[in-house]
Amino acid sequence: MKFTFHTSALLACAALALPLVVSANPILDGYKAETKGTFSAAAGEKLYKTVGPNQLSCASCHTDSPKNAGKHAKTNKAIDPLAPSANAQRFTDAAKVEKWFKRNCNDALGRACTTQEKGDFMTYVLSVK
Amino acid sequence: MKLVKSLLLVTLALAAVGVQAKYNGEDRGRPVMPAEINAKMQAECSGCHMAFPPGLLPAASWKKVMTGLDKHFGTDASLSAADTKEITDYLVKYGSNRWTASTAPLRITESEWFKAKHLSGEISPAVWKRESVKSASNCMACHSGADKGDYNERNIHIPK
Repeated sequence: MKFTFHTSALLACAALALPLVVSANPILDGYKAETKGTFSAAAGEKLYKTVGPNQLSCASCHTDSPKNAGKHAKTNKAIDPLAPSANAQRFTDAAKVEKWFKRNCNDALGRACTTQEKGDFMTYVLSVK
Repeated sequence: MKLVKSLLLVTLALAAVGVQAKYNGEDRGRPVMPAEINAKMQAECSGCHMAFPPGLLPAASWKKVMTGLDKHFGTDASLSAADTKEITDYLVKYGSNRWTASTAPLRITESEWFKAKHLSGEISPAVWKRESVKSASNCMACHSGADKGDYNERNIHIPK
């Protein structure tokens, strides 16, 4: 009985503390755990603007700022903003994030992105307010 | 009597060929959009473009499209193996039921029914290049109900 009381008290404390930790993104944390290094928003921004062998960059579809709504370079299809500050749905589903990194790194850079690059990219996009 | 009979046979044969040769056997299905909607297919295809009704192409075309998603018209549109299978099964199940040719074009715009319905004499090539249209794959530019399988002539509005 005593044990149960302690457990629920601990859970209550954890729940209270939770909003303080929420600002970190679990997907970004996953990349961080993988590289054991640090990520740079400046490197992410550079990657965002890099024009690859297909004359495409992230900005080709997502515009100069990840805060803006974009447009598919080929099909004209509307693209919702990439920055979570403008679109809370972004970077909440790990499988979706991986799916689009695979596709778009191939299209824009002509190769796969490293975990370091994904972390830098996310750090940049998450920092755009 | 014999002559009449053989004439009749020839006429029947020609009629049969005539029916079969509609769009050289490359006809879209009826309906083009089945009643069964696949949420995954809708979500994944429309990530980049309208989810084309499966009846616009035969099953063999969809198989080809779905096995080459990593190089989808110059774009990497790859999916997980599980999603690829679910969407392929749906598209193959509802591919055109009126396609009799052994052909399997990758592009809807390459099919005979499409070409016959969009003759350059009727629609000027310049229309396709308008910013409001941009591509012949942009059905919705003129057929506003295209995503629901509505290509009725009465509902066509060609944008400026």
